[in-house]
Amino acid sequence: MKKGVVFAAALGLSLAPLAVQAQPADILNVSYDIARELYAQLNPPFQAQWQKEGGQSVEVRQSHGGSSKQARSILEGLPADVVTFNQVTDVQALANRGLVRADWQQAFPNQASPYYSLPSFLVRKGNPKHIHNWDDLARADVRVVMPNPKTSGNARYTYLAAYAFALEKFGNDQEKAKDFVRKLLGNVPVFDTGGRGATTTFVERETGDVLVTFEAEVNGIRKEFGADKFESIVPPVSVLAEFPVAVVDKVVDKRDSRKVATAYLNYLWSPEAQDILARNYNRVRDAKVAEKYKAQFPEVRLYTVELFGGWSNIQKVHFAEGGILDQVFEKR
Amino acid sequence: MSAGVLTAKVPGRRGILPGFSLTMGLSVSYLGLIVLLPIAALLLKASGLSWHEFVVATTSPRALAAYEVTAVSALEAVAFNAVLGLLFSWVLARYDFPGRRLLDSVMDLPFAMPTAVAGVALTAAFAHNGVFGQFLEPLGIKIAHAQPGIAMAMAFTSLPFVVRTLQPVIEDLDLDGEEAARILGASELQVFLRVVLPVIAPALIAGVTLAFARCLGEFGAIIFIAGNRPFETEIAALLIYIRLEEYDYGAATAIATVVLAVAFLVMLATNALQAWQQRYLDKG
Amino acid sequence: MLAAMTVHHRSHRQGAGTARRVLIGLAVVAAAVVLGVPTGIVFAHAFGKGVEGWWKAVSAPEALHAIYLSLLTVAVVVPINAVYGLSVAWAVTKFRWQGKKWLVSLIEVPFSVSPIVAGVATLMVYGSSGLVGEWLMDHDIKVMFAVPGIILATLFVTSPFVAREVMPLMQLQGTDEEEAAQVLGAGGFRTFLRVTLPNVKWALFYGLILCAARSLGEFGAVSVVSGHIRGETNTLPLYIDLLYHDYDSSGAFAAASVLTLLALVTVVLKAVVEGRRDAAHDDEALS
Repeated sequence: MKKGVVFAAALGLSLAPLAVQAQPADILNVSYDIARELYAQLNPPFQAQWQKEGGQSVEVRQSHGGSSKQARSILEGLPADVVTFNQVTDVQALANRGLVRADWQQAFPNQASPYYSLPSFLVRKGNPKHIHNWDDLARADVRVVMPNPKTSGNARYTYLAAYAFALEKFGNDQEKAKDFVRKLLGNVPVFDTGGRGATTTFVERETGDVLVTFEAEVNGIRKEFGADKFESIVPPVSVLAEFPVAVVDKVVDKRDSRKVATAYLNYLWSPEAQDILARNYNRVRDAKVAEKYKAQFPEVRLYTVELFGGWSNIQKVHFAEGGILDQVFEKR
Repeated sequence: MSAGVLTAKVPGRRGILPGFSLTMGLSVSYLGLIVLLPIAALLLKASGLSWHEFVVATTSPRALAAYEVTAVSALEAVAFNAVLGLLFSWVLARYDFPGRRLLDSVMDLPFAMPTAVAGVALTAAFAHNGVFGQFLEPLGIKIAHAQPGIAMAMAFTSLPFVVRTLQPVIEDLDLDGEEAARILGASELQVFLRVVLPVIAPALIAGVTLAFARCLGEFGAIIFIAGNRPFETEIAALLIYIRLEEYDYGAATAIATVVLAVAFLVMLATNALQAWQQRYLDKG
Repeated sequence: MLAAMTVHHRSHRQGAGTARRVLIGLAVVAAAVVLGVPTGIVFAHAFGKGVEGWWKAVSAPEALHAIYLSLLTVAVVVPINAVYGLSVAWAVTKFRWQGKKWLVSLIEVPFSVSPIVAGVATLMVYGSSGLVGEWLMDHDIKVMFAVPGIILATLFVTSPFVAREVMPLMQLQGTDEEEAAQVLGAGGFRTFLRVTLPNVKWALFYGLILCAARSLGEFGAVSVVSGHIRGETNTLPLYIDLLYHDYDSSGAFAAASVLTLLALVTVVLKAVVEGRRDAAHDDEALS
């Protein structure tokens, strides 16, 4: 009985600020952890546009966190109207449970990925170890910093890029490719859980010769640590990393917010939004905007995940427990 | 419910003070609602696993290595904290000196600092270009991104347990025994070892046990300093995190259950030891 | 007068010259190394962009909301856990009964549960696929990914602190004084207020401080149940994490320094209370 009183008191106290039920005049965008400033730039112009076109004001609420954690939260009831993630598998997890329609990748252009990036290199000034391509990372004298492929989508792309590179180099010989990736992972002294931790290790702890991370993160790194200490090396080949977006059908149907949610995601393909995205070092789909920022993005030949038979196959063969990653990711 | 059973079973023998049913009822309901219900729900989720799956998830070579790294580091951490905690709590409780209150204040910092902040700060101190690391690494002592870093992070985050468990007990110590021993010619060290330590030992053990349990579960501070290499510097909590990232609640819970069971058994053993000692003292 | 002096704590704080000096010296050096350096690093980073940058970071509306939310959580969690802790301690230390050690061990369980697991466990009860999740949804009661969820997860993690601090001392003090009060006709609650509580007040205080500190700093469990909605469900530690990940480490450490300062407030409070007590005792001794 007493516990009931105490509990009710706790609930009552804490429910107070939430008493007003949210109206569809706002939408919740659940996003990945390094997109805070990006969406802080994208939301105001969208809000202005929505106001101008429909005469209604809309507020875009933002949630940022690790993409898988965010997806788990949505599965457990976080009422996201839209998701803007950096891993296809995390949207797929929502689709598998019926929160997002099964053909979500067809709901928007470009497989529902308004911008993309690729695993790229950051080296110390002057590139003292002469690192230019993936095979340099497997050299015995090079220390590589990258996050843990088990906990970071960023690192999974790095793993795939290295694997794809090796397959090509060794004429599709799986064993040699495995061996190559084993050597590369053996050169990693620290596996931080995320891209940000790896950056700190490389920049502030002065550990390693090369940081492998999304090209788009170079922006943040320069902003935070200055542009003069490092050089960005874009390898001649890499993997296309998608940043998928989707409307969360179950939530928008309940909240009656489908219209604004869809408009919000469509806005990401508008020239205005594409320009903001490109300014933040994301590669964009709009041809004109891409042309404008050409100098910023060197030519790269990009593999896609289709090379590996799509994400579900990649999960099964490479990243699942006991998969190829576990086999090569072993004791030094 | 259990309170009622106990009341019926041993009437009168518990003592003359009132409030047993009230406090017991309140405690058990609250504990049940806030702590045991979620844990039961979690275990329910894990029970979806077959016995075979449970064994596979919890006894893979990688998991075994992670338990070992975690347990060894936790033992190192609490050994360090037993000494340091005793020193701090003794000095704080016994001596008056300028700055005592400041020293008292900073004892709780490890709890208030979010574990991730503590992890980043410790890594900064012990990395090869850090305040300590620049002197230690030339001597061949590698702490950041190696196993000792894990122990260091554990020691940092669990220190207040030892200090704050010992401190009130030392403050409350009866000085007569010590005075008597001194009058009889015992040295300060003898007084401490023979008179003080036996009295504060239960509190010391209690504090160390709590610290140990906390170390087993610590995650945020460690992942920054550990290196996180499988088989070398990967802790059990990281493995749980990895399984969660893979949407594998079953395996995550299975590993968490193993860690929890170990911690629970250690605490149960300590509490049993203390109960036994209490009875022994009561009889004597 | 003399009697008052001997029970007075200050009389404990003396000791032989050399040992005293050595031990104090050791403690100060150890504290500087183990606690001072990491704290110093936090503050050095926090002011990396100067006092102005620090102020800008901590006075941002989102930062202020995070501070508010963290304080609200502490304000709710600490009193609840104080009542629970005292109640547990009374039941365990003032009576003899079988199975005590089981209860004590169960009380301590949250210490050994990894905070993330604690968060997931809370989800398993109140999340949409949890035990009561559907019922909550049907009645439109928001628990997870809202403030109540943050409080529930924090309650879980911090529930043992007060109990754990108070129990050893109550155990040590036995039941004689309370029984005497009973014999003299004091009611149960009066006995507790007038006899037990004064005896354990410092242990209680340590428990409250630890509980408050841990509530302020809790990250893992809260991060699972918060939903991380900017300006709504980000506590101070979550906000720090967000800034850090978005390449604003000076902002992140500025927020962390606020957290450290908040933690120190509780301890300064203790120093004030202690000072007042000492003064009161001195007056008593002089009169």
